[in-house]
Amino acid sequence: MGLDTRRVETGVEMNPSSQESWVTTRLDFLVNWGRANSLWPMPFGTACCAIEFMATAASKFDLARFGMERMSFSPRQADVLICAGRVPFKLAPVIRRIWQQMPQPKWSIAMGACASTGNGIFDNYAVVQGIDTIIPVDVYVPGCPPRPEGLMYGIMMLQKKVMSERMADKSLRNEMEPDPKSQLYIPPALIDQVSENFGNSVHQTRSGL
Amino acid sequence: MSDTFLPVLAGYAEGNDVASPSTPRNVPYHGGPTNPSAEALRAQFGDAIHRVDVVWGETTVYVERGRVAEIVRWLHDDPQQRYDYCSDITAVEFRDLERPIEVVWHLRSIPFRRFIRLKTLLFKGEPLVVPSVYDIFRGADWLERECYDMFGIRFEGHPDLRRLLMWEQYKEGYPLRKDFPLRGRFSRSEQLRQILAQNPEAKYSMEELSVLEAFDELPSEMRQRLGKGERVGE
Repeated sequence: MGLDTRRVETGVEMNPSSQESWVTTRLDFLVNWGRANSLWPMPFGTACCAIEFMATAASKFDLARFGMERMSFSPRQADVLICAGRVPFKLAPVIRRIWQQMPQPKWSIAMGACASTGNGIFDNYAVVQGIDTIIPVDVYVPGCPPRPEGLMYGIMMLQKKVMSERMADKSLRNEMEPDPKSQLYIPPALIDQVSENFGNSVHQTRSGL
Repeated sequence: MSDTFLPVLAGYAEGNDVASPSTPRNVPYHGGPTNPSAEALRAQFGDAIHRVDVVWGETTVYVERGRVAEIVRWLHDDPQQRYDYCSDITAVEFRDLERPIEVVWHLRSIPFRRFIRLKTLLFKGEPLVVPSVYDIFRGADWLERECYDMFGIRFEGHPDLRRLLMWEQYKEGYPLRKDFPLRGRFSRSEQLRQILAQNPEAKYSMEELSVLEAFDELPSEMRQRLGKGERVGE
């Protein structure tokens, strides 16, 4: 590890059997290269993960290497929403509104166990069990809180994902509200029924009352 | 500058002959020196003072429910007491369902360096109502709102008793009560559905946001909504 020459991944490669031309794929590469290397983060820090996020942005770990030194405190100028910390239910409409205010193309990172899953210890009446129940999430960074290296690894994974996008494939950027008529729609009652066996039931309490 | 802005030095009303305070050693669990205010309360209010307890060197006075505001007012105003700082208002419910809920007031007298804890018992089956001390301590505003939010105890006389931590349309009950399930009463998806229907902009009143001066600069749609007195929901 580290001794062999690493293959440079461009992500977008020319496939002769597809309908895309050499020009389109090169243009894709150029656009994706620009996007991946200047992701402006919208920090949504609510807890201790935000401290690690600040450490990542500070000089030792230097988020500027990824073109992310410009924290975008307005969602309208942001590319990636980094949710660092637990989200209580009272903040759920806020983060949803911030996500809706961000222009396309946009991505999001759930940093830490709380933002990803609710962290188990916060499995209570007030905390959202993972922000993926509110907004779509591209990269989950595990850890409680994750070290700056962990967040940077997540950012590099996100860059990889950005690099492999294609202009020809518009479906990536489609925004869908849940449509009850769709075949993929699962009614909330059914979700509860399915998840009950996995300890996410409201009937399970610690006090036994 | 008027006298009201002078800093209040802790213990200045005690006189010069009182030794400066030191960290107490070997404080017993029960017993020990009682806060002299407890005796003064007994002399002043008689039957309204049910019991005086000293736990870990701190005096707890159990008082009658209906007369709490009156007692706190006297403690605040009397020149020999001068309890000028209300540090906490909260409640306690015990797992023993027969045990009454206790409402707790923590008062501190900065001029006399005294601390007193008032408690009143709310027995099961009785309405959870206690008098508000908002008129005496303005800082009790949010403490009482939080207590109402978490325990459902109503503070009579509070001008704006709304939920503080949970959102105002929260329908599941009072989270710190013992009969409240840890994960709430509704399912996760129902909880999310209800909260996502809320309007994040319209959580606070104009006074709370202090935007009264900037009212004319707000977007017209927002001005209309706030003008109608709408605060929450969509």
